[in-house]
Amino acid sequence: MPDLGKYADAVLSAYAVSIVLLVAIVGLSLWRGARVRADMRAVEERTRRDG
Amino acid sequence: MSLWEYANPVKFLRLSERVLPWLWGLSAVCLVVGLVWGFFFTPDDFRQGSTVKIIYLHVPSALMAINAWFMMLVASLIWIVRRHHVSALAARAAAPVGVVMTLIALFTGAIWGQPMWGTWWAWDPRLTSFLILFLFYLGYIALWEAIEDPDTAADLTSILCLVGTVFAVLSRYAVNFWNQGLHQGASLSLDKEENVADVFYQPLLLCIAGFVLLFFALVLYRTGTEIRVRRTRALIAREGKLA
Amino acid sequence: MRALLLRDLRLALRAGGGFGLGLAFFLIVIVLVPFSVGPAAELLGRIAPGVLWLGALLACLLSLDRLLAVDWEDGALDLLATSPLPLEGVLAIKAVAHWITTGLPLVVAAPVFGVLLNLASPGYGVLVLSLLLGTPALSMIGAFGAALTVGIKRGGLLLSLLVLPLYVPILIFGAEAARRGAEGLDPTTPLLMLAGITGVVLALMPFAAGAVLRVNLR
Repeated sequence: MPDLGKYADAVLSAYAVSIVLLVAIVGLSLWRGARVRADMRAVEERTRRDG
Repeated sequence: MSLWEYANPVKFLRLSERVLPWLWGLSAVCLVVGLVWGFFFTPDDFRQGSTVKIIYLHVPSALMAINAWFMMLVASLIWIVRRHHVSALAARAAAPVGVVMTLIALFTGAIWGQPMWGTWWAWDPRLTSFLILFLFYLGYIALWEAIEDPDTAADLTSILCLVGTVFAVLSRYAVNFWNQGLHQGASLSLDKEENVADVFYQPLLLCIAGFVLLFFALVLYRTGTEIRVRRTRALIAREGKLA
Repeated sequence: MRALLLRDLRLALRAGGGFGLGLAFFLIVIVLVPFSVGPAAELLGRIAPGVLWLGALLACLLSLDRLLAVDWEDGALDLLATSPLPLEGVLAIKAVAHWITTGLPLVVAAPVFGVLLNLASPGYGVLVLSLLLGTPALSMIGAFGAALTVGIKRGGLLLSLLVLPLYVPILIFGAEAARRGAEGLDPTTPLLMLAGITGVVLALMPFAAGAVLRVNLR
């Protein structure tokens, strides 16, 4: 851990906020992508069986 | 082989499947190396102390916040002129990423501003323009969400994007003018590029590359998601008709 | 075109909402300001130009969602779209009607409300001039916003979210001109910028609004 001096709070909170936001957008995108992919596969299966 | 081939959703999906792992990996490498390098192995600035390390997040995110809007503008134009659905969906997919970038830029800016300028928020031209940009993103996304018919939504949002761009640029200049009108010559904004020395410059470049790659990966991935959503909806609609 | 303008004006008058409601809203905003910041005359005088501009802007915004909604609901908009008049022209006329029923009364009333806020005496002329130059652009941008959201149920809130960021440059230059006027400085530059923006908006915005409305009528 480098010595951040008296500004440690500022630097650490900036990194924390940014990383949380980045992880959030990546996570949300992946989560929604996976769900949509599963939905599509289910519907495709169904139509293939029925039609 | 022309670029327009990838306007075909199937080809687009196939390409993005192939490219995406590389994009995710590269952006992760760039970001981790750049941030670790910047955080652990660069000296403190003699005037700003350790807060200079915020630059590795602040500058790339601010860059991408503007570039994301620019990409949406180009995608909207392509949709209006050539009517490729992938293009409209890419614009839609980019907007939330742009919002996150704007938020990071605003938050890190505020956190940086507190010790350096003595205030979380100043109505400095740059800060103010970013807040306005944020509002534009919100309106754009809200309009997408509000309209059910996808083609209508794509048309309306792309026109909004064009008009919004004109007004965002206008606001940028208006805000500049307005602030000078308030306190003459008192410039809070530090000139970021001028006094960045090499030690800070190299990790900064890596971080910028990481943010750019991450943006592309996210947009490609999210566009694929939107394409699948639409395909699912079309399949369900056809099912309903057959039944 | 004149027939359409007269029809819109008559409708606004008969509905009673046109002239009265916007003005009353403007008055309420102005009255609430001293309650929220305190009655000190010196402070009120200093913020008066900005508050008057903000109030005018909000009053303008208030009546926007009715700009096209009524004609949309009873199908008159479809008739207008098939008429020989271009849709761009229809929207420009609608914006003019909106300005005459909302913007013009605000411009006329602003000096009176300025007295309530203790506006400095050299500021009145510039205030009226800046509002006169700025409010037509507000109506025209509003027509664009109304055309965007016309197909959406309860689009009022969305309309505000879309239109308010577009109002930023006009508000900045308008309020700046009024402030300089009140402080006895030269307001020429912001006034010219304001006039320029309004001119561009009036010239180009009907086309954007027309394109948007055509999509919505599809």
